[in-house]
Amino acid sequence: MMQAAMTHWIVVPLVLPAVVAPLLILASRHNLAAQRVVSIAAATALLAVAIGLYALAQDGVVRPYLVGAWPAPYGIVLILDRLSATMVLLFAVLSLAIVVYATAGWDLRGRHFHPLFQFQVLGVNGAFLTGDVFNLFVFFEVMLIASYGLMLHGGGARRLRAGFRYVTVNLIGSTLFLFAVGTIYAVTGTLNMADLARKVATVAAGDTALLGVGAVMLFLVFALKASVAPLHGWLPTAYAAAPGLSAALFMIMTKVGAYTILRVYTLIFGADAGALAGIVTPWMLPAALATLAVGAIGMLAARSLLGLACFAVVWSMGSLLVAFGLFDAGGIGSGLYYVLHSTLAGAALFLLVDILVPQRGRAEDRLVPAPLPHPALLGGLFFAAAIAIAGLPPLSGFLGKLMIMEASRGSDAAVWIWGTILATSLVAILAFARAGSAVFWKPAKGVDAPAAEAVAHPALGPDPVAAHSATGQGGAGPTPAGGGRGPAPTHAHAAVGAAAVAGIPASPARPPAHGAGPAAGFKAAGAPAVAPPRLQPVPVAVFVLVLGATVALTAFAGPVRREMGLTAAQILDTSAYVRAVLGPEASAAVGRP
Amino acid sequence: MEVLVASGIGLLTAVGVYLVLRRQTFPVVIGTVFLSYAVNLFLFATGRLTVNRPPIYASGASGYADPLPQALVLTAIVISFGMTALVVVLALRGFLETGSDSVEGDPAGPADGGDDATVTTDQARP
Repeated sequence: MMQAAMTHWIVVPLVLPAVVAPLLILASRHNLAAQRVVSIAAATALLAVAIGLYALAQDGVVRPYLVGAWPAPYGIVLILDRLSATMVLLFAVLSLAIVVYATAGWDLRGRHFHPLFQFQVLGVNGAFLTGDVFNLFVFFEVMLIASYGLMLHGGGARRLRAGFRYVTVNLIGSTLFLFAVGTIYAVTGTLNMADLARKVATVAAGDTALLGVGAVMLFLVFALKASVAPLHGWLPTAYAAAPGLSAALFMIMTKVGAYTILRVYTLIFGADAGALAGIVTPWMLPAALATLAVGAIGMLAARSLLGLACFAVVWSMGSLLVAFGLFDAGGIGSGLYYVLHSTLAGAALFLLVDILVPQRGRAEDRLVPAPLPHPALLGGLFFAAAIAIAGLPPLSGFLGKLMIMEASRGSDAAVWIWGTILATSLVAILAFARAGSAVFWKPAKGVDAPAAEAVAHPALGPDPVAAHSATGQGGAGPTPAGGGRGPAPTHAHAAVGAAAVAGIPASPARPPAHGAGPAAGFKAAGAPAVAPPRLQPVPVAVFVLVLGATVALTAFAGPVRREMGLTAAQILDTSAYVRAVLGPEASAAVGRP
Repeated sequence: MEVLVASGIGLLTAVGVYLVLRRQTFPVVIGTVFLSYAVNLFLFATGRLTVNRPPIYASGASGYADPLPQALVLTAIVISFGMTALVVVLALRGFLETGSDSVEGDPAGPADGGDDATVTTDQARP
């Protein structure tokens, strides 16, 4: 009885957002304060439930939840095992961080952020928990529809244009998904994952090729979601145009693609799939290595912080899929550790860009020098995030990469894997170093101390502490405050002139102005300058906490990796999964009636 | 009948793929509609083609049509209808805000940030 009551918690991650989202629209659409309270409460409750479910899954039992108590191959079934519990918990942590960040004023930029957010939670949790391929399609669609709304949050022409492409690409992906689902159903007569796992091995020889086509089409769909090269092209356009917070939330969506690849191609088309065993294995590794290369090249070529962050996502998906592509316990365990790391670190990077962009005035996220208040604080945070993403010690990205390389040591392609991961990591470090020096360091050169002080003040805004610290730095030597692209034209001209004296093309679009040095600097100080908005404490705190989670991942790397190892072992034990869903006698193969 | 249905689906898919690859938003939208028609017919056919058979219990029936694909098609139709409505609105808003219905050509320069000379006209970024 107790056990039965516990099992009902499995459906809560779906029911909770499904109730809260309409409630937010219907009951409090004009009351943002109420929306914020309800949304944060729902995210907190979801986190508590996710922790509970994770604890429940600790015993290594695969728990099916039969919706409406319909027996397994016929009704809708949700599955709680270690893998789905881990993913739901990861997403609950991320979503709580996002929703708290949003309440700091971000949700004012467009309408209905909180309901859309809850629908996104519903779709993602559903995709993680479902045990049915068609339900997976439905939850993908729920997730995507919400993501369209979140991506267009705030509007703007550029976002609409990119949004159209994003929606079209995903529509075509959904069509392909349906073709794949239809093909698989036509051959096997079932869409329940456990039932499929049982039947795929015993498909008639004449139907194997057709089922293989379905399997590969399905892989293409998941690879599209996971932004695997050469299907990654949509991601940089879409995420760079999306608002930073939505992009941070979308970090989980590429992981949904990776999760479904892992689930379907271990359970259904895994080692026990007869003629179709490991049908995508030959494709995974080359595609993953290509993703690594494309991501690294894109990072180096990026001309904006968002472009850099987007290609960093593509790059991290490459490392992840290298690990999953090994399809053994070591690879999957390391890959899962890297999933935790890359989701949190990627989200932290997008949050930081979202914090930085309004501070940089018209320079926005482009990699050009610009005056920046709080250079020490923001630069330090960027440095930490870059270390986490690029995989330098001591943060978890380094450990994750180390684990993946360790796991691949026995593989035939070990040389390729090691070579690509190490080479692209070097490129990633270079890209982050270049971006960091362009954004935080470059303007310091060529502006001498009095000018820097004078320019610093109008750009700094109302924060006296920061003004003091920046001025102190300016006096001591370099300060980034007197950058090339200022809010006021005179200011910018002065800075360009100053930079031109030092031989730096700070802003090639504008001709060097007539003057440089102290006089020009004081002139700029008198000009009306648009002060950047005050740096708010809540977003910065959320960013620090998300990044702190990767520090925790580093500190507890041993226990976490052991957990992920157990998860990997459970994923590979597909017969236990099938027995848990279809009953203990479900080993005998049953053909199509 | 199989040949007819199969070539019908094939033709719809071919038309859809061709239109989706066009440069203007309107043909792309129509292309996605054609693709969703094709996939709906395809899903319907996955339960095998049967004529005059009841999908659920009927007394005296000699055989049954597979009811599951019909349920799947219903779901797929609803979702593709919603998606089509969304993409139409998006295309229209994009056209009204930028004055161009080209799928390519970002008004604010390349997606990864744009040229130094252009200033992004994005209202959402103060």
